[in-house]
Amino acid sequence: MTDTTPDRTSPLHDIHVAGGASFTDFAGWQMPVSYGSDLAEHHAVRTAAGIFDISHMAEILVSGPDAAAFLDYSLAGRLSAIGAFQAKYSLLLDESGGIIDDLVVYRLGDEVFFVVANAGNRAPVVEALTARAASFGAVTVDDQSDDIALIAVQGPASRSILEATGALTDFTVPLDELRYYFSSDAFFDGTAVLVGRTGYTGEDGFELYITVDRAAELWRALVAAGADKGLIPAGLASRDTLRLEAGMPLYGHELGLDTFPVQAGLGRVVNLKKEGDFVGRSAIEAGPAAGARVLVGLTTEGRRAGRAGYPVVTDAGEAGIVTSGALSPTLGYPVAMAYVDPAVVEAGDPLFIDVRGTKIPATVVTLPFYKRAAN
Amino acid sequence: MADVTTLQYTAEHEWVLVDGDIATVGITAYAADKLGDVVFVELPQNGSALAEGAIVGEIESTKSVGELFAPVDGEVVEANEAVVNDPSLVNSDPFGEGWLIKVKFTELPTLLSHTEYTALVGE
Repeated sequence: MTDTTPDRTSPLHDIHVAGGASFTDFAGWQMPVSYGSDLAEHHAVRTAAGIFDISHMAEILVSGPDAAAFLDYSLAGRLSAIGAFQAKYSLLLDESGGIIDDLVVYRLGDEVFFVVANAGNRAPVVEALTARAASFGAVTVDDQSDDIALIAVQGPASRSILEATGALTDFTVPLDELRYYFSSDAFFDGTAVLVGRTGYTGEDGFELYITVDRAAELWRALVAAGADKGLIPAGLASRDTLRLEAGMPLYGHELGLDTFPVQAGLGRVVNLKKEGDFVGRSAIEAGPAAGARVLVGLTTEGRRAGRAGYPVVTDAGEAGIVTSGALSPTLGYPVAMAYVDPAVVEAGDPLFIDVRGTKIPATVVTLPFYKRAAN
Repeated sequence: MADVTTLQYTAEHEWVLVDGDIATVGITAYAADKLGDVVFVELPQNGSALAEGAIVGEIESTKSVGELFAPVDGEVVEANEAVVNDPSLVNSDPFGEGWLIKVKFTELPTLLSHTEYTALVGE
């Protein structure tokens, strides 16, 4: 509990202070962790809606005649295959197949892509893309992170909240036609906004990108529009339990430079069928070492959760490690993601999480732990 | 709710209310706030002997685990079953209904005053 105040604050910082937020240091940013009750914020997103400030995330514009081919070379997926205003989850790999970051890429035009990276990986992502672009030709990599704020509205009431926000106008795709992992241009009181139907909670929702100077006004407008729809501000604590229930990986926990995508269950994100080379291809084709641990979902009984760093054991000894875990607010029992020896999983050996000296029986389950009902 | 200015405190963010030879122990609002919503509390059983500084319980939130340290040597005379059944009391009333254990002690160590504790957490 040492207080070393990080350097960076969001353009919405004053609103959060006024709203009673408590803050946490996240990748050098002082960001809201909760506005009072992270459980209430979690449940609001599952049942109504929550609004998150995630302005710490990094936005990088990749443009030029060779932009699509460049991203096919630089990223694990085939970004040239997506259409304008489509979005795609992808990975930035290094030559040895390790994960530099996981990303969401929006295609904004034939030659324009908008790459969203984790705050903590802004520098390595910008460095890698810039270095790869230098040898590639007609492509420009522009780090716009300092100029762009990001507000997420997540939960089943999200669409009705955006529709009720009168100052949000001129959608190029009407919200009722905007599909998951697509985006629309819009205006907020004269200022351009990119609205993606994307998120990190396992619920329907939207992410709104706007210049930092208008972010506070947009936040207030969304909060006002959502006041009678159950919308509340939500912090990073609930964001973490929401994404965990949804089985979504978090860089630094489930993903890292020492992780192959296939170990994390992200083999489908790597497109080995695309033509030409891409960074990390030869290492991915060779694959991880035999017996490399694989990511699994674990559930336990009771209320004591396995946490990041806790050992996963069998009667024969250590068999893995928990990378994320919490008492699931939605499900009411503990859930965890863990890297476990594949032989142990295949054999169905009884597994336990060592919770501070107590071995708690764990059941391997298919991810995600929680899936929203179909619309 | 206890008058926080008359309580004593530890650097591990516990408060201690002394009444005769009984110390009532809880965690501070500051600690509860830092933990987030508490979802699980494990307390020592009645009659168990405590050694000052030993870990005797756990306070677990959605996002982290806090440990309860024994602030005094002594014997547990009561653990707050209401908190075990409804851990959210630690957040809603940390200095009152969210108390954790009552300990019978013979000697009280030097604890922090409210002023000293407030200075420690910088609030």
